[in-house]
Amino acid sequence: MMFDTALTTNDLIFLAKGAGMTLIVTGISVFFGTILGIVFGVFRYQVGPWWAAPLTFVLDIFRSIPLLIQLVLANAFVTTIIGWRISGFTVACGVLSLYTAAYCAEIVRGGIESVPQTLRRAARSLGMTWGQDMTSIVLPLATRVALPSWIGLALGVMKDSALVFIVQVVELLKSTQILITRLQEPLFLLMICGLFYFLISFPIARFGGYLEKRWSND
Amino acid sequence: MFNYNFRWNQALSSLPQMLEGALVTMEIAILSMAIGIGVAILLTLFRLSGNRILSAIATTWVEIARNTPALFQIYMVHFGLGGFGVHLSPYLSLLIGIAFNNAGYLTENFRGALKAIPDTQTRAARSLGMTPIQAFQNVIMPQMLRISFLPMTNQMVWAILMTSLGAVVAMNTDLYGVTSDLNARSFRTFELFAIAAVIFYVITKVITISARLLAARLFRY
Repeated sequence: MMFDTALTTNDLIFLAKGAGMTLIVTGISVFFGTILGIVFGVFRYQVGPWWAAPLTFVLDIFRSIPLLIQLVLANAFVTTIIGWRISGFTVACGVLSLYTAAYCAEIVRGGIESVPQTLRRAARSLGMTWGQDMTSIVLPLATRVALPSWIGLALGVMKDSALVFIVQVVELLKSTQILITRLQEPLFLLMICGLFYFLISFPIARFGGYLEKRWSND
Repeated sequence: MFNYNFRWNQALSSLPQMLEGALVTMEIAILSMAIGIGVAILLTLFRLSGNRILSAIATTWVEIARNTPALFQIYMVHFGLGGFGVHLSPYLSLLIGIAFNNAGYLTENFRGALKAIPDTQTRAARSLGMTPIQAFQNVIMPQMLRISFLPMTNQMVWAILMTSLGAVVAMNTDLYGVTSDLNARSFRTFELFAIAAVIFYVITKVITISARLLAARLFRY
């Protein structure tokens, strides 16, 4: 063994569980956040800036307040004000989903706006319905513009999910911290933790960059 | 359900302390941006230098800053450096952590901006007799900073939001730290953090709007 460490197999399993929690929270939030984001983004584009102003304002709040405070507020609101007995996990997923949706709506709107108006008018003149226009014309073209940003967003959510420790969810960074307090080997444990994030984020980010380059040239 | 008594007065009475915290938050954000921009320019020079070791340093910095959580980076500065016997105060750890993150993201922004500046400009500057450094400093850099002005204001907003992460290194003088200290004493969690949220919102809005006005004035052509 290269490092002389007190890390046992059980500790590694504990870390792996934390990593699993990070991935689960990210997966759930990105899934629901994307669906909501598409709904919000299409709505904002469809009704125009004036009617969408209230929604724009609310979504903007999610991007202007630290995620940590959003989590604390949501947790305090749900558990002490409304008095629901729900887990920190649910609160974390809920807040992160809305947080994802706020950014995703912006990406979706940008994607739709990138499709030339003339193309859509042509589609409608051919007799396509709004739904057909959206699914067969806008969706494929907007995806090319939006997907690289969406990949960036999903990775951003994975990194931001490190903050859910504040509502008592033990994800990767929190489990690392717990082990650090016990084993007193901060550098080694943090390296493992950082490596995990890096190994997931780096290849996907590179893939996103590759898609962006490839799809923007034609 | 809803049998909760809001005590806004109690929370509002600590507003002065929270505003002082907001000043510390602004201070950290501004300092970290200043350091971040400086380091990012240096890393951009490393990348342009053509020296493999220097550009490897720049690439490593950028990839680590962009592919790990900001919280992890602050942790690393505070507890990781502790492993080397370097013990920093919470304030310094937070500042260095955020500056590290800023520098990584800004270097990437600068790279995008450089793509928009034609190579011919460097060559023209060089054939006028400028040294590579002079060409960068007088011709390329001003344009690069101008093109990446909006991404820089975004990063500034991020820096403001990131100051809340000081919570993990027991930072207690910034807005988040002050709020959570007050909360530990009075348990008016919702009221206190709602006020903190409003302050954060106002700060970020003031920054984005004033940056937009500034950009409209500075880059009119």
